[in-house]
Amino acid sequence: MSIVRVSHAAVGYGGRHVLHDVSLDVGAGEVVAILGANGSGKSTLIRTVLRLVPLDSGEIDLFGVPQRRFRHWARIGYVPQRMSAGGGVPATVGEVVSSGRLARRGLFRPARVVDREAVRDALADVGLLDRISDPVATLSGGQQQRTLIARALAGEPDLLILDEPTAGVDAASQEAFARTLARFRAAGGTILLVAHELGALAPLIDRAVVVHGGGIAHAGPVPEPAGHHAGPDHDHLHPHAAAETPGICEWAPVDRMAG
Amino acid sequence: MDLFSYDFMLRSLAGALIIGLTAPALGIYLVQRRLSLIGDGIGHVALTGVGVGLLLHHSPVITAVIVSAVGAVGVELVRQRGRTSGDLALALLFYGGIAGGVVLVGLSTDSSNANLLQYLFGSLITTSTQDVVIIAGLGLAVLLAMLLLRPALFAVSNDEEYARVSGLPVRTLNLLMAVTTAVTVTIAMRTVGLLLVSAMMVVPVAAAQQVTGGFRTTMTTAMAIGVGTAVAGFVVSAEVDTAPGATIVLLALAVFVLLAAGNAAWRVRPRRAEEPEPPDVVLHG
Repeated sequence: MSIVRVSHAAVGYGGRHVLHDVSLDVGAGEVVAILGANGSGKSTLIRTVLRLVPLDSGEIDLFGVPQRRFRHWARIGYVPQRMSAGGGVPATVGEVVSSGRLARRGLFRPARVVDREAVRDALADVGLLDRISDPVATLSGGQQQRTLIARALAGEPDLLILDEPTAGVDAASQEAFARTLARFRAAGGTILLVAHELGALAPLIDRAVVVHGGGIAHAGPVPEPAGHHAGPDHDHLHPHAAAETPGICEWAPVDRMAG
Repeated sequence: MDLFSYDFMLRSLAGALIIGLTAPALGIYLVQRRLSLIGDGIGHVALTGVGVGLLLHHSPVITAVIVSAVGAVGVELVRQRGRTSGDLALALLFYGGIAGGVVLVGLSTDSSNANLLQYLFGSLITTSTQDVVIIAGLGLAVLLAMLLLRPALFAVSNDEEYARVSGLPVRTLNLLMAVTTAVTVTIAMRTVGLLLVSAMMVVPVAAAQQVTGGFRTTMTTAMAIGVGTAVAGFVVSAEVDTAPGATIVLLALAVFVLLAAGNAAWRVRPRRAEEPEPPDVVLHG
């Protein structure tokens, strides 16, 4: 069964097309990466799947149910790009991760033992159980990102959707990330993630979709980084955003580059 | 002390206690979503409700609740639609609210500057028994909503997009926040006045978060600071004859300054403890 099916989706902001005629199918147990340059529309694609951005035309099915009628949001764990700063009111790691449990436990029911255990298990999975009572503001960027994964895992989802999970994350946290995602997949979970570069997650990915200019430029195996991006000493720094926009992005399939 | 031997004193003290407890419990969510000033704006709108009440010879508290709730829901709908023109729409609504209030209060039969001032800055002696019953009932309802729905309201205030993806009824929760904010503003206007209502929602929270590390501890600490400053400010204002609302707010600000200074001193303290003590230290009694 397909977990996420996007057919001929089109999305626009204020009259400007961001995505046009995008189709995507993620099967149960698959790990699919959506790749593309900044501004290609890859984040918009998953935000549309999550109903955060309205669909102009086309269809989206989640777990075989049209998105409009889909109600089992607890089956989806969403990991945003970064932790929202909030208005400065402190919150502990445990409190942030507990909000991942709300989809399962409902609005009015107080937290029970099973909820508290799910929060502790999720934090143990990302290696942050010892920080459960610390304010999230005292964590590093990578640890905050792991807290967000734990929040998604606390809801015991069947599908994880991650928006650039490794952007700006240190190597140790990237590897902790990769191990957590590998365990999630081994337990039968499905993963859809957006990335600018895969880093430590590369070995996990079954299939990649490259978004370029609002459409799908490639779908299939993870493309090899092309040109000078393939060099072992290329550090993927892009000080000038304009430099990567012309032509084909670094995730362009190699065969097209050669042809 | 014969301070509490007058019924009107006990009534006002009850009002101050309820506000001291309720306003920070609600205000923490407003601070978290960077809407610290929304209570102030809704206070402006509530003044129109006061004017309507005085004009119709009805309880101003009830008409103010209704008008400010309508205003707050309007503000929330503007916020949900889009953020670009929201700022200007809010400004228009707020100034319309205060101008309408001043005109309507002026038109009412018992109009006087003193009457207007008691709503703008609070008043100890004019709280009627009916007012206290309304304040207690509405305050309890707001407090219960804030405490029982804390996980959901925390999730929405902390990360609204994540809350939406979790399937939480985000729009309903936001409207609930709007209405409860309006209710809190209105019940607080008797004690601290419409111009200082927002302070009781925000200042205890700002003070508490100087020394806390979690959301729940911040909430309970802010409520304790709110109640403490409300009672202390009430007593001080009665003893030295100052405006109660302003006295309560100044005390809360003093707590904020003290805790912020203590926090800063704690951060820059010399970290001697990490070094081993030299063995030959002799302490002289």
